[in-house]
Amino acid sequence: MFRSVMAGLKEQADMTVYVNGVETPAWDGETVASILLRVPNVGRQTPVSGETRLPYCQMGVCFECLAVVDGVPSVQGCLMPLKDGMRIERQRGRREVGQ
Amino acid sequence: MSYDVVVIGAGPAGMAAAVQLAKLGISVCVVDEQPAPGGQIWRGVERNATSPVFKALGEDYQKGSSATAAFHAAGIDYQPAAQVWQIEDGWKVFLTAEGKSRCITAKAILLANGAQERPVPFAGWTLPGVMTVGAAQILLKSGGMLPEGDVWIAGAGPLPLLYATQLLELGGKVAGYIDTSQKPSLKALSHLPAAWRDFPGLMKGLRWIWKLRRSGKLVRNTRNLRATGDGQLRQIEWESNGKTRKRDVGVLLVHEGVVPRIHETMALGCDHDWNDQQKYFAPRVDQWGETSRKGIFVAGDAGGIGGWKVATVSGEIAGLGIARFLNIGIDAEKLRREAALDDGRKRAMALRPLLDALYTPPQTPIADDVVVCRCEEVTAGRIREAARASAPDVGAVKAATRCGMGPCQGRQCGYSVQALVAEVNNLPVGDVRFFNIRPPLKPVTLGEIATLQDVEA
Ligand SMILES: Cc1cc2nc3c(=O)[nH]c(=O)nc-3n(C[C@H](O)[C@@H](O)[C@H](O)COP(=O)(O)OP(=O)(O)OC[C@H]3O[C@@H](n4cnc5c(N)ncnc54)[C@H](O)[C@@H]3O)c2cc1C
Ligand code: FES
Repeated sequence: MFRSVMAGLKEQADMTVYVNGVETPAWDGETVASILLRVPNVGRQTPVSGETRLPYCQMGVCFECLAVVDGVPSVQGCLMPLKDGMRIERQRGRREVGQ
Repeated sequence: MSYDVVVIGAGPAGMAAAVQLAKLGISVCVVDEQPAPGGQIWRGVERNATSPVFKALGEDYQKGSSATAAFHAAGIDYQPAAQVWQIEDGWKVFLTAEGKSRCITAKAILLANGAQERPVPFAGWTLPGVMTVGAAQILLKSGGMLPEGDVWIAGAGPLPLLYATQLLELGGKVAGYIDTSQKPSLKALSHLPAAWRDFPGLMKGLRWIWKLRRSGKLVRNTRNLRATGDGQLRQIEWESNGKTRKRDVGVLLVHEGVVPRIHETMALGCDHDWNDQQKYFAPRVDQWGETSRKGIFVAGDAGGIGGWKVATVSGEIAGLGIARFLNIGIDAEKLRREAALDDGRKRAMALRPLLDALYTPPQTPIADDVVVCRCEEVTAGRIREAARASAPDVGAVKAATRCGMGPCQGRQCGYSVQALVAEVNNLPVGDVRFFNIRPPLKPVTLGEIATLQDVEA
């Protein structure tokens, strides 16, 4: 759905992240939310109907970018810059306050 | 930690205010949830200075370089990647950074937290593949990301035009552009003379529209836009001249203007006024940017949409206002006069009445089957039903349907629920109040709260 302009310009990606366990090249400046738009099957599933959602606002006001990052659930992906080696998994169900 | 002032937001307004305060010898800490300064307009401006997207983002964007340089040079304590989730009397600012919570105390607070795009629900807006124009622009500014496939834009206002230009500049493609703005009214045109004070601004807009027309991809006078697909956006449809049109679409970007971020000032109990033309609440402030709560100041788009130039001047004015409030023995009126801040603000505001009159929010009623609350998946139909069964109050609808109770806390559905309650009760929208906003402003985990260190006095 999206691609980086850098992909055509730089020979090598800036870092590697693991999306649902799969090695994925990534670029400086990207957030977890931009990965959700580039890689299939990591968008959060809603707790009500279970349908899949993808990031909508990219600025912290819709919570459609929730993901499990390095084992921590309910991370707001659009506010989380990528780091080399980061592990990103699909968020299923409700964010539990108190987890 | 304790400061004279905590500024929330490192956009044009927050940076200008902080620089002003530091110049006057006032201790200030600036907190922002983004990883670098710049706010919405200048997001990623420092990192992008050496990137191929820098040129394509345009002149206004490039001006951010000097603003962020001045901000860093002023020796201000700056806490990036930190979300403020509560402000308590006294003033105590609670924030989370890197999974840990902290509390900072201050004598005064400046909320320079900016705007968000106005959520406008329509059939299919929750489908993967549909997102806002602002979101796409943020992706461009933060990772150089371009949308692929058949990209359609549907919306009104300066931002979609600006984004389309930036995208084309970088070799991206727009398959079509649905202009949802209403025909310019006489009232809008009556603002033209004032707008000429901002001639370059007006020319820029005209140039965008002209480029678009020439591309032959502009669609106008449309009704009932829908996005369809099974679990993924596949098509859009709309009606025009009594006929239904369909197009295959990969990405649909929507935008209907921006509104102030009011959750912070609402939770603080500041008085707000209803802007009936632009259909939003904004905190009521005095000529120094101070709200109805002493020591709480607002600057920039958070106080009413004005754009980055107005945000900058209002930040400088609020900086002086806060210095005046702190009673540090300066003549704030004189400094304000000498810097000609009121003239600057007037000039920066010149184009706004025209823009506000040209791009009024859509008033079409939301169809019953459309999801309004994205978090709890509540449709307009259920909200209407609950509204019919209760007093004209959004709180009652919230209790009956759970809409507004999800993690976004009504940031997406708030104005739609207000409009639906008004519609059912035959009331002017402004007569219906907004959701009651209570802290925490963002969901906070117990783990985060457990890291909270003792609050220093
Ligand atoms: C998505 C989007 C894109 C835009 N793009 C453009 C553009 O390209 N050109 C243009 O002229 N105008 C643009 N605008 C309009 C924009 O509002 C500018 O006019 C300008 O950025 C306003 O400056 P500001 O300082 O008032 O707020 P902003 O620049 O929005 O800065 C507010 C800052 O506060 C931070 N913040 C908010 N809440 C919290 C919190 N709870 N905790 C911590 N930090 C917080 C945000 O991260 C942000 O950095 C855009 C608006 C939006 C919503
Ligand atoms: S994409 Fe909306 S909150 Fe992250």
